[in-house]
Amino acid sequence: MDRSPILLFFRRMFRRKLVLVAFVVLFVIMLMALLAPWVAPYEPTAIKVIRRLKPPGELNWLGTDEFGRDVFSRIIYGARASLGIGFAVVVVSMTVGTLFGLLAGYFRSLDGVVMRVVDALMALPDILLAIFLVAVLGASAFNVVLALSIVYTPRVVRVVRASTLVIRELPFVEAARALGVSTRRILSVHILLNVASPVLVQATFIFAYAVLAEAGLSFLGAGVPPELPTWGTMIASGQQYADDAFWVVLFPGLAIVLAALSLQIVGDGLRDMLDPKLRKAL
Amino acid sequence: MSASPLLAVEGLTKHFGRAPHLVRAVEDVSFHIAPGEVLGLVGESGSGKSTIGRLVLRLIESTAGTIRFEGQDISKLPERQLKFLRRNAQMVFQDPYASLNPRLRVRDIIGEAIDAHRLASGAKRTERIGELLETVGLPASHMSRFPHEFSGGQRQRIGVARALAVEPKLIVADEPVSALDVSVQAQVINLMQDLRQRFGLAMLFISHDLDVVELMCDRIAVLYLGRVMEIGSSEEISQRPRHPYTRALLAASPKADPDAPKIRRMLTGDIPSPMAPPSGCVFRTRCPMATDECARSVPKLRSAGDGHKFACHYDTANDERPAAA
Amino acid sequence: MDKSPLLSIRDLEVRFRTEEGEVTPVRGVTLSVGAGETVALVGESGSGKSVTSLATMGLLPRPAGRVSGGQILFRKRSGETVDLATLPSSDLRKLRGSEIAMIFQEPMTSLNPVLTVGEQIAESVRLHMSLGHAAALKRAEEMLELVEIPNARRRVHEYPHQMSGGMRQRVMIALAMSCNPSLLIADEPTTALDVTIQAQILVLIERLQKELGMGVLFITHNLGVVAEIADRVTVMYAGQVVETGTVGAIFRTPRHPYTSALLNCLPARAQRGEDGRRVVQSIPGSIGPVGDGCAFAPRCSQAADVCRTGSIMLEAEMERSVRCVRWREAFA
Ligand SMILES: Nc1ncnc2c1ncn2[C@@H]1O[C@H](COP(=O)(O)OP(=O)(O)OP(=O)(O)O)[C@@H](O)[C@H]1O
Ligand SMILES: Nc1ncnc2c1ncn2[C@@H]1O[C@H](COP(=O)(O)OP(=O)(O)O)[C@@H](O)[C@H]1O
Ligand code: SF4
Ligand code: SF4
Ligand SMILES: [Mg+2]
Ligand SMILES: [Mg+2]
Repeated sequence: MDRSPILLFFRRMFRRKLVLVAFVVLFVIMLMALLAPWVAPYEPTAIKVIRRLKPPGELNWLGTDEFGRDVFSRIIYGARASLGIGFAVVVVSMTVGTLFGLLAGYFRSLDGVVMRVVDALMALPDILLAIFLVAVLGASAFNVVLALSIVYTPRVVRVVRASTLVIRELPFVEAARALGVSTRRILSVHILLNVASPVLVQATFIFAYAVLAEAGLSFLGAGVPPELPTWGTMIASGQQYADDAFWVVLFPGLAIVLAALSLQIVGDGLRDMLDPKLRKAL
Repeated sequence: MSASPLLAVEGLTKHFGRAPHLVRAVEDVSFHIAPGEVLGLVGESGSGKSTIGRLVLRLIESTAGTIRFEGQDISKLPERQLKFLRRNAQMVFQDPYASLNPRLRVRDIIGEAIDAHRLASGAKRTERIGELLETVGLPASHMSRFPHEFSGGQRQRIGVARALAVEPKLIVADEPVSALDVSVQAQVINLMQDLRQRFGLAMLFISHDLDVVELMCDRIAVLYLGRVMEIGSSEEISQRPRHPYTRALLAASPKADPDAPKIRRMLTGDIPSPMAPPSGCVFRTRCPMATDECARSVPKLRSAGDGHKFACHYDTANDERPAAA
Repeated sequence: MDKSPLLSIRDLEVRFRTEEGEVTPVRGVTLSVGAGETVALVGESGSGKSVTSLATMGLLPRPAGRVSGGQILFRKRSGETVDLATLPSSDLRKLRGSEIAMIFQEPMTSLNPVLTVGEQIAESVRLHMSLGHAAALKRAEEMLELVEIPNARRRVHEYPHQMSGGMRQRVMIALAMSCNPSLLIADEPTTALDVTIQAQILVLIERLQKELGMGVLFITHNLGVVAEIADRVTVMYAGQVVETGTVGAIFRTPRHPYTSALLNCLPARAQRGEDGRRVVQSIPGSIGPVGDGCAFAPRCSQAADVCRTGSIMLEAEMERSVRCVRWREAFA
């Protein structure tokens, strides 16, 4: 492989820089979400009918929506719900997925059942499954988290199971078994510690997918109720005014893209940094 | 001589997989190890050495046969009744990198052995870990390091310290020096010799290097395709081999001596697949003396005196040569 | 008769840029290989054997690695001598595979898994000789016969994964031989193989070498293999050549304390101690970071103050050379 050294150099710099930028962007978004009451210039629900659908300007930096509510403030509060839902999905799917992945990978007897369920769930397109589940469960923030967790848990199971299958054959696990170390400790120390990095990488991707999926669900009316400001519901309720007032949908859309993209870049960066083989190759 | 053996293996057999892809990894293997004795297992890759080691420690289940440890058959005991085996028999591995959990500190790697059998706790535990490290020639202060901070030879010492933590009577050492450079290999060999002396350890010492095995072991078993071809004292096996395979193996090992005769006679062909071992004597496809009889019947292990046994239809030492074709 | 060696490496230095800064894994390699001669290059893991061979082949990983000093003189068939260290890469590529060939430790990674072995050999043959497709395949079959692969006619159509490790190594050798090289560099070609298969490969390489009059640079860390195959031996330690001599001289009267200590580490040279047990000598510690003076000093039983300053030169006389300031005293 004769790659130009200059190209390689730039790629490397660019990679690292981009990860750093993405990391900062994420940090800022999360900080704003956390500090929403202090950062947002207006109450997200403050209706001001006379300042309806005003374009971005001095009073409302990103304009106002059909009820005269400040788009910027709603994006900041929306971040709370959107990222909150995403984060909850990550926590639930990581916990459940890791558990089942470990069990399926370590105990051959459980593997068949678990993987059959996983394959069945993964055979359906993510968003369809999510819509179906929300439709059955009813539209609420809780149910969206539940539905998306069901959608993304199988991915985690796969990743964890694959790593577990490799790690459990390694001599240090055999050594632990020869020592009479309990199975519980083998799973929770020897295997879990060593699957942690691929799982962490997966977590950032699922976070990104969940943010996108929540928006998608809300846009399709199968998400959280419209009263709750999320980036998804903002686009959903703003879409009919989009022709005259692009800002109503553009800015929440940008927020989604920015958050999801940053998460993915951070995930890529993490993977490169945690994978010793890739790190050497760099 | 007839002290009751620490380990006695009878008719040990292990098959992997199912019918069309059935791998006959170990086939009817018997041997015993007396307390404090070192038995060497030699053979080319795939001959079943590691599999036997893992069977003996009950890390995998046998297909048939008995494994007696201090007289008790452990081959079918459930894991919860194996505490005494785990306490008395340990393993040292070939790969100095994969045999230590990269995410644990040395303290926790060795401490795990102590915790599993509740041998010590608190300050006593730390003291014991330091002691073990010093036993294998590492400073006690290294206990808070991670494995990647050590060289291959040092990691191998940590692996030995972990095995010693439970004060075992038997150590299965699966190619413990094969991955090391000669100079480091010598360090680890000497360490294992010392420990053997100090603690009266018995060992099942697996290697493909005949020189190392001859140096380390009291007796040697030669394996081919999962079967024992020959077993006897180190001296007998290396000076007076009776089985054609043992002879070929000895002839093929290059001697680090430019005056030694060069390799001229050698085995042709490859080791057959353990999925389709030859009928009769499994060595016959490469044996320079094979006859039709060898394809028909499996040679039984027979005695050459003094515990020296070999599995061949012909005993060249007694001029039992196959009739010239 | 031309008496200049086929390959003559002088004071080779190779540097690598790494994330931790620049390293110099090879910093003083001087060796030569004559036509029809087998030279073994021995040394511990990480001593720079492979880097030396990659530098010779012009295959150092780019852009991290480069030759930063010394010469690699190679005498071409035409009689002209070129410096491989400064040769333009297009000329190097032409030499590689026509006059210089290389085989590696792991034959699987050097063979293309999606092409049959016949296709791979034929491709290499066609690169250097103008032969048609059928003729090239025929030649591939002959090459497989040359390396004693049974049923060559059938096996040209097999894929690498259908072959055993020993067979794959034979294919690698066939591939290397297909262009009739005058120099073969073999980097641990038998390390991954069983002893009975290793013996077959060693005998094969020796036979080909005699028949074709190649020079062979044989890299290994197995001293038994060295004694078996080499005419001369070059010993490396921490990136430097520390001793060179005929195989008999090196094994019988080593001059460098490292060579001598290494030989004494062999299990076959174990001595009986006072308690009747046989023990091997070992070298304490492991290759450490190199500083001023002799790189072996921290592990050397003969080390004295003179060893720890300045740079130690490779003293050459006749067939032998040694890099030690005290070799005369050490073995007096
Ligand atoms: N691409 C690289 N980048 C940086 N350092 C390298 C690279 N390749 C090799 N090295 C370093 O160069 C030194 C010599 O390596 P080399 O591969 O030549 O050793 P060797 O003598 O062939 O060892 P072995 O017996 O293990 O094959 C080592 O310290 C190694 O880490
Ligand atoms: N888990 C396994 N599944 C299937 N086959 C196996 C397994 N472990 C070992 N084998 C096979 O059993 C035979 C003996 O292997 P092993 O004991 O590892 O040999 P050695 O240690 O002598 O090199 C080989 O053919 C190997 O491929
Ligand atoms: S039984 Fe026959 S094939 Fe087997 S080792 Fe003896 S002579 Fe050779
Ligand atoms: S120079 Fe000194 S330290 Fe180096 S090998 Fe010679 S005696 Fe030993
Ligand atoms: Mg093995
Ligand atoms: Mg190398």
